[in-house]
Amino acid sequence: MNLTGAQMVWESLVREGVDTVFGISGGAVLHLYHALPDYPIHHVLVRHEQAAAHAADGYARASGKVGVCLATSGPGATNLVTGIATAMMDSSPIVAITGQVATPFIGKDAFQEVDITGITLPITKHNYLVTDLRELPYVLREAFYIARSGRPGPVLIDIAKDVQAATGEYEYPPEPTLPGYRPTLVGNPRQVAQAAALINAARQPLILAGRGVILSDAAPELRQLAEKADIPVVTTLLGISALPETHPLSLGMGGMHGEAYANLAIQETDLLIAIGARFDDRLTSALRRFAPKARIIHIDIDPAEIGKNIAVDVPIVGDAALVLRSLLPLVEPATHPEWLKQIAIWRAQSSERDILNQPMTGLCPQYVVRSLYEATGGQAIMVSDVGQNQMWEAQYYQHDRLRGLISSGGLGTMGFALPAAIGAQLARPDALVWVTTGDGGFQMNMQELATVVQEKLPLKIAILNNGYLGMVRQWQEMFFSRRYSGSHLLGPDFCQIAAAYGIASARVTEPEQVGPTIARAIEHPGPMLIDFRINPEENVYPMVGPGAALEEMIRRPTAPVLAQADGGTPEEAES
Amino acid sequence: MKHTLIVLMEDRPGVLNRVSSLFRRRNFNIESLTVGHSETPGISRMTVVVDGDDTVVEQVSKQLYKLIHVTKVTDVTSEAAVLRELALIKVHATANTRGEIMQLCDIFRAKAVDVGADSLTIEITGQEDKIDSLIALLRPFGIKEMVRTGRVAMVRGWSGNGSRGARS
Ligand SMILES: Cc1ncc(C[n+]2csc(CCOP(=O)(O)OP(=O)(O)O)c2C)c(N)n1
Ligand SMILES: [Mg+2]
Repeated sequence: MNLTGAQMVWESLVREGVDTVFGISGGAVLHLYHALPDYPIHHVLVRHEQAAAHAADGYARASGKVGVCLATSGPGATNLVTGIATAMMDSSPIVAITGQVATPFIGKDAFQEVDITGITLPITKHNYLVTDLRELPYVLREAFYIARSGRPGPVLIDIAKDVQAATGEYEYPPEPTLPGYRPTLVGNPRQVAQAAALINAARQPLILAGRGVILSDAAPELRQLAEKADIPVVTTLLGISALPETHPLSLGMGGMHGEAYANLAIQETDLLIAIGARFDDRLTSALRRFAPKARIIHIDIDPAEIGKNIAVDVPIVGDAALVLRSLLPLVEPATHPEWLKQIAIWRAQSSERDILNQPMTGLCPQYVVRSLYEATGGQAIMVSDVGQNQMWEAQYYQHDRLRGLISSGGLGTMGFALPAAIGAQLARPDALVWVTTGDGGFQMNMQELATVVQEKLPLKIAILNNGYLGMVRQWQEMFFSRRYSGSHLLGPDFCQIAAAYGIASARVTEPEQVGPTIARAIEHPGPMLIDFRINPEENVYPMVGPGAALEEMIRRPTAPVLAQADGGTPEEAES
Repeated sequence: MKHTLIVLMEDRPGVLNRVSSLFRRRNFNIESLTVGHSETPGISRMTVVVDGDDTVVEQVSKQLYKLIHVTKVTDVTSEAAVLRELALIKVHATANTRGEIMQLCDIFRAKAVDVGADSLTIEITGQEDKIDSLIALLRPFGIKEMVRTGRVAMVRGWSGNGSRGARS
């Protein structure tokens, strides 16, 4: 059939199963927008292109499908950059489509011309500049294929304006075969057998589950492995929800702000089975002293991740689900009562999640998050921002729903949560989606409240408002002699902001108000924002300081459990 | 230690940019890089000399494979391989010194490819150390201009491109 370039784009998107795109129009994508109403695709108009990329990312993370965002050339395209880099670091499959100035103008510094393929070269899995209409159908097909296959990631397609306008023959190409791109999916049987032998011989085995488990839909296999061989599971931040966090074998998140028992388990294990995790420095802390007693099995679909940060004993390149399926029959049923008992003892020594029963002064963010957990039964889709709030969310909410936490882990992008939650809610219209965010990060993309209203999304927003760039302040308190340089933050009245958009809101200053207000927000049919005025100088514990090894955590201070506004250096804590 | 990698890639716009951007971003220490056509139309062949230990070179290779247009990476360091570089050296030469320079060229099997009023342009092919030696000997005469191509490599004997180095 004969189509314009713009029509080819939408035609291909429909065939790729895309039903929603996030974007903002402009001169170089006018043809695309002109053709759009003829196709069964819902366009979500965001208020800043960064939000378009984050929303596409949130959509992808909530649904497992490819998220799509759209921007015009020049400033539209550059505004996508942070969102694309966020998706790259967290292996999120998104396709970003940008308009480019017409072919004769390329390279002439034309109005709103920017070399977006050059700019995004290191932050995309692959990218394209399309200047020939005949290539367009193939590029679109390849882009989706590359974005979703292997280790997923963002792909950008920059389409010259004249290509969008031109007309040509369109045929949806078959699935591409790319000579330079053939991801290994099935694990090498010899290495799988070696892994099984190590697992069968281990006395204190530990699984480290990363986002790869979720990306490859390997949660059932992960659970089978853990249960069959009685292996406790620590996750990375992005591996959270790979195993329900209330599962008896779940130790929650490890790393810089992981629970002490999770980190101690890493330091004491004799066999670490890393699945779809990349040994990021926020997990490992001092690399040379990470898991010092362990042999390491590393399962990852990306060969370059194996041996990048840490030397491993058994590398297995492959898709986590397929590798685990081949591994499971070789693993003998086992129990490790002594190992689990040791972990239980460490656990009992932590004053972690029983926060609801702790005496406290003022409004503690931990209590707020824990109340969110209680109110939602661990079943909400939580979309967290970056900073202290992100860590409290990860620590005090037990995510039982698979894909129940969406957060920017690798890039740590403040301002991610609200737009990503917009994408998540559109991907999962029936789910209860909560944004948890700091007052700083929220102000980086709060213009998207308009999108929430325009799209009639029933998002619930919890601002953990401490009046600080809290994580920065915490580092300054602990490591920079309490000099709060540039971290005090004057915020607006968030309830008035919400009111300006016609969004319901409440301010919470007392612990007694927390539960009822959360309940009210959940019952409220539309979106609602809650401004939690938390203690300004609350800290995140435990914490592994810079250069320290995982077992050298600064533990939670004991009674009164939570540090107060009068601050002071944190006490070394119990046990 | 210096490793020699042969990289085959689809000849697409920007592919060289992708490769060099990767080296820069990953902080790889690249000694030289040459690129040109291979025996297969549409496939370019690059020779890269990387300085680093085995783990670094393994990362270089794996990261290169992640580029969609890179089809094959082979480390030929431990193979019997022909390693060659070409240099053009324009050296100051007077009627008095010309003969001496030509003699040096003979020893190194280098060729004078251009003669000017006060200069000689010499072409030499060989391993880097041979070229280094000639340059050292020519330097006292005054080198006015020089260009070196960087190393190219080919494994000796029969070894088609598809024969070895399957990706991990
Ligand atoms: C876009 C961006 N800029 C800067 C930072 C560095 N940074 C990390 S946490 C943080 C403070 C976050 O403050 P807030 O959003 O109020 O959250 P809190 O830590 O107080 O919970 C900053 C500035 C970042 N991660 N992202
Ligand atoms: Mg804050």
